[in-house]
Amino acid sequence: MQKPRLLTYAAAINEAIDQSMDADPAVIVIGEGVPDPKGIFGTTSGLMKKYGPKRVFDMPVSENGMTGVCIGASLRGIRPILVHQRVDFSLLSFDQLINNGAKWYFMFGSQQSVPLLVRVIIGRGWGQGPAHAQSLQALFAHIPGLRVIMPATPRDAKGLTASAIRDNNPVISLEHRWVHQIKGQVPEKLYYEPLGKAKVLQRGTDLTVAATSYEVIEALAVAQALKSKGINIEVIDIRSLKPFDESTILNSVAKTKRLLLVDTGWLSYGITGEIITRIVEKLFKQLKCAPRRIGLPDIPVPSSSALTKDFYPNTRTITRAILEMLGENIAIAAQMFQDLDNEAHDVPHAEFTGPF
Amino acid sequence: MSNSIILIKMYQEMLRIRTVEEKIADKYPEGEMRCPVHLSIGQEAIAVGVCNTLKVSDCVLGNHRSHAHYLAKGGDLYQMLAEIYGRIDGCSRGRGGSMYLVDLQVNFLGSVPIVASSIPVATGVAWAEKLKHTGQITAVFFGEAALEEGVTHEALNFAALNKLPIIYVCENNLYSVYTHLKFRQPPRSISNLVKGYSVTVFTGDGNDVINVYETAKQAVEKIEKGEGPVFIELATYRWREHCGPNFDNNIGYRTEAEFQKWKKTDPLKKLRKYLLDQKLISEPELILMAKSLNINIELLFQKAKSSPKTGELLTENNVYAKT
Repeated sequence: MQKPRLLTYAAAINEAIDQSMDADPAVIVIGEGVPDPKGIFGTTSGLMKKYGPKRVFDMPVSENGMTGVCIGASLRGIRPILVHQRVDFSLLSFDQLINNGAKWYFMFGSQQSVPLLVRVIIGRGWGQGPAHAQSLQALFAHIPGLRVIMPATPRDAKGLTASAIRDNNPVISLEHRWVHQIKGQVPEKLYYEPLGKAKVLQRGTDLTVAATSYEVIEALAVAQALKSKGINIEVIDIRSLKPFDESTILNSVAKTKRLLLVDTGWLSYGITGEIITRIVEKLFKQLKCAPRRIGLPDIPVPSSSALTKDFYPNTRTITRAILEMLGENIAIAAQMFQDLDNEAHDVPHAEFTGPF
Repeated sequence: MSNSIILIKMYQEMLRIRTVEEKIADKYPEGEMRCPVHLSIGQEAIAVGVCNTLKVSDCVLGNHRSHAHYLAKGGDLYQMLAEIYGRIDGCSRGRGGSMYLVDLQVNFLGSVPIVASSIPVATGVAWAEKLKHTGQITAVFFGEAALEEGVTHEALNFAALNKLPIIYVCENNLYSVYTHLKFRQPPRSISNLVKGYSVTVFTGDGNDVINVYETAKQAVEKIEKGEGPVFIELATYRWREHCGPNFDNNIGYRTEAEFQKWKKTDPLKKLRKYLLDQKLISEPELILMAKSLNINIELLFQKAKSSPKTGELLTENNVYAKT
């Protein structure tokens, strides 16, 4: 049997872009630092060498203007991939993205579309602080006309990115920088994961955890640990916020009767509240307990690791919430995940020595 | 010097735009055009002069005040009126209204209502055409207030860096809504500011269509030689209120005297006099032209007004394109 082909998430994105550029000469990639030696955490490395300066571009530090430029180019047959190393930079582009990109197809009578992928990197850790470590998916997902995806695994990083490049609408893909170096099995050929479909990553009958991005990794770790305690958690990777796959979560909750949401962003007016509302509207009477949600407190992300220590949810936070919802003794959460006490909480893995 | 055919054509186009917009103003109180209208009466020469130097395959983008740009590029009048009346036959199927005009048949790619917002989009269109080596030129129209938006500077920088085939047409009409330029920008010329981007800059009288045409032709020639973007600043004046059908010289932000001074430079009157002086057209021919335009335009208003209202059931399919 052939050995499974393992790639990092970053390499999987790179491969999706590479193969999409190979398949369609209209695809270009542009962004601050795209051709530089770091290649956006490795996701664009090598593309300049392969496709040259007519398809791979650095750009002026003009996020709003260049978003407009990409929208204009997309109206004329170019399929741009625009990359922001930090989601925080993309805030400068909201006029173009929201007033033009998201609406062009609608406001001109469905005649011209905007095939544009905007990759934004979200994240946390190593003291990046208030305006360099936000998770702003809720802002994008609020806007009709945008598609919003959050690939969590290397397989989806490739398959969803490829679909986003092929889609004829503006797609925002939020990549958490803590998953960039995670390895997973990735098929070699170009393939397309559907936009707007959640994915059940682990089957279970006791409780449904639906999570976004890096929190999927955390939720999976919790679910696997709880298995040995006889607790069967169903883990759903939400994958796509817009379009949103309601039925996968509905079907799961109809079975487990319990729902916990875990998101990388703030709670207020966010993803978790939106999804809970949708489920409660349809399954209220079937629920065995109130749905719960885990996310960030309504405070900007601080820099000092002394301040971020309890800022982010972790495997224990998630475990505690699950145990409470199931009416189990929460004391066992403290005994689990002993590594958390010894590991630095502000790095994605022990070898990381910063900066991002 | 421009030949007589093009001069008469430009006069006819300006008169057509003027007639259309005066009819919009006349009929607006009927309450059937239920959207904002920003009339370009007084500013017709810029749209007509520039667009007459462009090919059908060249692209144009506009702004909130773009009836003239749309019509000068050859946009379908009936569809524009139907759009303003909110009808399904409208160029944007009634979803946009007066500020969201599009006619892909003539490459009028769109007008959008946020100041300067179409400038980077037009720059991207020009970039795409350059990447594709089509030789097509893009023109984008905006008011002088666009120079107060950061995105204009971002676009000029990118266009200069890449020598893009684009004409930036700045219609300097002195006012942003009710606020005079002197309260918004320091006393320096817009042209000098833009020269700093290493962009070719021309200035001129925006109410003299011959001057606009000749200037735009120079711009096109420079672009065709691969010399990169051209910025044209043209002086003009909006006759009516910022938004709506009325005159508003009485409300206190500008004076009747100022308006009367500018009215003397009416682009239609100027060209009409030239055509008559040069004996390129006769009075009776001009009368006939006005009459026939008036009848045709009136018919299209009636057709638009009596066309079916949009009963479109809006769903996600209208928001997202199929892939």
